[in-house]
Parts: sequence; structure tokens; C-alpha cells
Amino acid sequence: MCGIAGMLHFDGRPADREVLRRMIATLGHRGPDAGGIHADGPIGLAHARLSIIDLQTGGQPMSTTDGRHWITFNGEIFNYVELREELLGKGHAFATRSDTEVILNAYREWGEDCVNHLNGQWSFAIWDSAERKLFASRDRMGIRPLFYTQTPNGFFFASEMKALLASGAVAAEFDAIGMDQVFTFWMSLPPRTVFKNILQLPPAHSLTVSGNQVRVREYWTPSFSRRADAALLDEQEAGKQLLHLLCDATRIRLRSDVPVGAYLSGGIDSTLTTALVRRIAGDRLRSFSIAFHDKDYDESKYQLEASSFLGTQHSCVTCSSADVARVFPDVIRNAEQPIVRTAPAPMFLLSKLVHESGFKVVLTGEGADEILGGYDIFKEAKIRRFWARNLNSKWRPLLLKRMYPYLKDFQRQSAESLKHFFRVTPEDLASPLFSHLPRWELTSRLKLLFSQDFAAQVGNYDALQELQETLPVDFGSWTHLSQAQYLEAKYFLPGYLLSSQGDRMAMAHSVEGRYPFLDYRVVEFAAKLPDRLKLRVLNEKYLLKQICRGMIPESILRRVKQPYRAPDSRCFFGAGAPEYVKELTSAASVGKSGIFDPQAVGALISKFTAEKANSVKDDMALVGVLSSQILAREFVNP
Amino acid sequence: MHTTNIQTDTRNFLVQNFLFGRAEQLVDDAPLLGKVIDSTGVLELIGFLQEHFEIIVPDEEVVPANLDSVNSITAYVSRKLDGKA
Repeated sequence: MCGIAGMLHFDGRPADREVLRRMIATLGHRGPDAGGIHADGPIGLAHARLSIIDLQTGGQPMSTTDGRHWITFNGEIFNYVELREELLGKGHAFATRSDTEVILNAYREWGEDCVNHLNGQWSFAIWDSAERKLFASRDRMGIRPLFYTQTPNGFFFASEMKALLASGAVAAEFDAIGMDQVFTFWMSLPPRTVFKNILQLPPAHSLTVSGNQVRVREYWTPSFSRRADAALLDEQEAGKQLLHLLCDATRIRLRSDVPVGAYLSGGIDSTLTTALVRRIAGDRLRSFSIAFHDKDYDESKYQLEASSFLGTQHSCVTCSSADVARVFPDVIRNAEQPIVRTAPAPMFLLSKLVHESGFKVVLTGEGADEILGGYDIFKEAKIRRFWARNLNSKWRPLLLKRMYPYLKDFQRQSAESLKHFFRVTPEDLASPLFSHLPRWELTSRLKLLFSQDFAAQVGNYDALQELQETLPVDFGSWTHLSQAQYLEAKYFLPGYLLSSQGDRMAMAHSVEGRYPFLDYRVVEFAAKLPDRLKLRVLNEKYLLKQICRGMIPESILRRVKQPYRAPDSRCFFGAGAPEYVKELTSAASVGKSGIFDPQAVGALISKFTAEKANSVKDDMALVGVLSSQILAREFVNP
Repeated sequence: MHTTNIQTDTRNFLVQNFLFGRAEQLVDDAPLLGKVIDSTGVLELIGFLQEHFEIIVPDEEVVPANLDSVNSITAYVSRKLDGKA
């Protein structure tokens, strides 16, 4: 795991080593172990290394033995052992034992299609000095990031946007449409980011730069369809295949020349991942978790049960509201986009614990909820459709209460008020975005805070409309669950969970996350499962629970699913509130950044200081304002 | 209490509490539930009505006919206050 950066001048001017040094210096947290720069004529590649595989000879940028192709690579290719054998058989020469060199030779063998042979998490760029062509790619699920910008004279790329800003090729200026998307979906829609003229390569896409032409193409897409695979209708057979795949996905993710640890959240997914690691590796494993002082969020009881059951050596960081407030500016500096919940902050503290414990690699259960039907939003959509069949039903809306036992205010709602918040109109029912409309409409209300000027820049733009236009042509024929899963896996997972809450928080402390559930073979398999093996009535992750029996504690298997959450607004007010809240939300500061209306922000803050703010929307508004203001201070108006 | 005052106080509460002070966003006869007021917001609204107008809002009266617009809230509170008087 590493940081990468590079530039290609279109006009033949030599790449500037000093600029490359500046760019890669901003990514030191991603790769503190070593660094390298390759500059040759118009191309410049830079690398900050976190040494994990082939510690001695795996340095980068790396070239093929003949010096024609050069690569800078962030990530891991987990099937590199098998690919290396295959490529040796085809006559390719290797000077190292690294997965980096496997990509180089795979590119020589298969050209741009090499990515279809890779199983892993990557962003890389390869320079072909003979053809004068740059080829860059990002992994299928979007685990590793890649940003770029194009000027009349050149192309610049990097793992994080701050490196592009350091190049001087682009200045930070908020993109109102990108911000509108974040305040709808919690993320910008790729290739857009929250900064003008900075783009991100979407997951499962490759890019080539030849001459001054940039061409982007999709090489893979999650393969949901109308019908489940007939061979997987049998529950036992499907379970057997899923377990086999998960074992193999975990096995190849243990390939590392440094010790591998595991995150234990106290839920099914990470406990199963840890159990599989134990089964495969056999030795005593180190596990890590977050606990909360606040009992509403704390899952340490289950984490300790899992650790004890699996015999791991466990370390835990206990997080308070004050901790969240303290690290919040650092969290945003790393996330590089506004967030509307504080949930990434504890992940930032967790990676710090892992780093201080001497670990660089952790396996986690990320991805299981998306691909195997675990999220509340899937159940919520199912209940809303069920209810729509009988809108006058008195008890159908009460099913929603069963879903959110941990939300106290929600439990106090009458059926009538639930009915109106989760209203189902004929137009909503017909929308391909049905499952996500309540979440996105709630978030969209935060845009009331936008200043007049900023809202004018957004104009009549409709984020939902843009998303709808990108959906696959046969989307309307998919099952409702598949549609909802696609929206989660294609957008929210890479755009928020794997970035703001994933890569960015882990890499802030030089920690690499590995995700067996996001092995593309597991993802493709899950997409072929019948819905009833994912969400059976309202029982989430049905098939996964079946294969977990005996492998994880029964108490974890039976517990009511609790989504990972962290304290929000309470971190920023009351005794010990950080100074920056007052400063960043002052009329002068809000006016300077230009995103929000100072009076509207003032009204929001007054509500909190009067202790009258207690809704999810208010919490999200506060976190959204603070994070945007931090971004403005850090990058736009430093 | 005069109907105009009920309407003004209700508007002020809704604008400050749900619309970050953006009064232009509130139309007196437009639906509130699910638009201006979110799920937990209904509880806030009821809390406000009970505390500010000193009325009791029983569960069975938490229905759109009473609460779905500034006008319907004003009419509902007026009826309650009249009844109390």
C-alpha cells in the first residue's frame, strides 16, 4: 500500500522532478517506508512506499527488465503468485518476487485487458516509453483511489487530491455540482469531485493518455440481473460455494511479508472473516476494535466475545465524544470531501491503534452488507413496498419500528407520522431509485443551508436525475433488492465507505485494509444468488448466517444487527467543545468560504446552543457545515 | 389567543427549527410532513405545540388533517384552545 503520483507533459517538456517531489511529499502518510521518482523526458512517476510484499526488491517506480515499461502502483494483487507462474510459462522475465512486476508483465502480455486477470485492490499507472502512452487503472470495487487533472500542457495524477494541488497544475475551488451531490448522496458522482477540474477515475475503469488525448473506459460492472442462477437455488449448495469462495478470498488476502491483523466490530461479517483467518493461518491472530464511552454506540461486549471465542489477542481503542471532536479536522484533511456523519473519526483512531501496535495490514468484513443483503435500507424499501400494497394498513408501518430498535426517537413515532415520513407515492414506487429516496431526500434538505450565490451555481441541476441517467439499460427489469444493492455497491460503497471511512482513514496512519467480501469472485457469485438467500422476509444476510453456524459465537449470530455509528453533534458542543467550532461557523468565516448562508448557519448553531436540536437532519447539517468549512480552510482559502 | 398569533408563532417555529431561518421556503398551505418536517421532527413539532400553546396533543390527533400545513396546524390549535376555553 502506497501513495502514487505522476505527470505527463503533452508538449515534450521534461517532467519536473521538483514538482514530483512536492506531490509525493503530501502522500508520506500512505507510504512512509521508502520513496522513489522516475523522470524520463515528459513522463514523471513518483512513489511513496508502505512495504508489505517483497520488502527487499519491491521498490518503485519499477520497470520491466528491458526498461521499456515503468509503473507506479498503490495496492495489492492477491493472485500475483498464480499470475507470475502463468506469465513465466509465457516467457516473461522477472527480477523480483513482487506483485508490482506481475502487473508490468501482465500488461506486456495482455495489454489493457490485463486488469481482467487481476484479483486485488489497486490504482496504478504504467508508462510505455516505446509507444509514449500512459495507462492507468483502478480496481473493480474502488478500494484504492486515483485522481487526475488535465491542463492544456499536461496530465497529472495522484492517490489523493492534495498531491494534485501541490503540483500547482490546479487550484482548489469548490465545484458546486460536486458539493450538491455530496449533500444528496454523501459522495460526489465519479468522475466529479468537490473541486473544480479535479476528477477521479471511477471504480472498474481504466484510462489511457496518448498525445494529449485522455480516454476512459469501464472494464467491469457488478453483474446483477433479473434472474438468479438456477444452480444456486439449492440453499445447501449455494452455502457450500459461498464458504469455499470466502475461504479462498481470505487465503489470498493473507499473502504478505509482514504480519496481518483483523478488525473485529462485534458483528457477523468481521467475526466470520477473523474466524476464516484463524482456520487458514492457524496461529494466534491480533485483532483490533473501537469501543465507545457512550453505550448507545458501544459494541465492545460482542467484540470481546468474538475475540475470546476465536482466541485472538485483542486491542481496543475507546472513543469519546471529545476524541471525535479532537481528530475531526485531521479526518476531513484526509477524507478530502465533506461528510455528514462523524463515523469516519473513530476509524481514524482505530488505524492509529493498529499502526502503534506495529501492524500495517488488517482484514475486515467490509462489503458483506452490500453484496449479501445486510443493510436496513434494503429492509426498509421492502416494507415500504409491502405497505404500498395496502396504504391504509394500521400495522404495516409498525414493521419499520422493528427495524430500528436502537433509535429511541423513532420508537416514539405514531404509525401516522411514520407513514408520512416513509410515504409511498405512485411516483416513488415507479422510480428506479425507490429504495434510496428517503435517505437522499433527507440529506438534500441540508442544501437549504447553501448561500444564494452557491445555490445559483447549482442552478436547476438535479443530482437524482443524473444518477438515474447512468443506470444500466436493463435496470428496470432487475429485482428490487438487486436494484438497491447496485445503488449501494456502485456508489455509496466506493464513494463513501471505502474512501472517507475506508482508505483515507486507514492510510492516514499507514494501514492497509483488505476485504475478502469484495473479492470480485465473491461479488459476482452474490449477484447471482436468489433474493430469498440474501434477504429472507426481513431476515438479513440469510445465507451468510447459515454458513456462519458453529464458526462464530451464537450470541453474535442471533443479535439484532446494529449499524456502525458514532456520536455526532454532541461532540461539538457543551463542556470541552473545541474552539474551532465557533471560529468555523462565525458569520465571517462562513461568508468567506461562500458555500453556506451565514444566517442559516447561525440559526442552526443557535438551535444547538439552546439544546433544541435533536433530529438526525440537524446532526447531519452540523457535521456537513463543519466538514465543508474545514475543507475550505485547509484547501481553498488556506 | 388570536389565530394570527398562532399562525405567526407556528411559522416562526417551523422556519427556525426546520428551515434554518429560510422563511421564503415555507408556504402556509403546502404539505409539511415528509417535506419540511422529517420523521423525528414530528415529535419536535408536538413538543412545541404542547409547550407553547399549553395544549395536549394525544396520539390519535397526530394525523395529517391536523398537522400537515401551517394552516391546518393553526386551525387545529385554534380548535383546541377554543375547546379548552
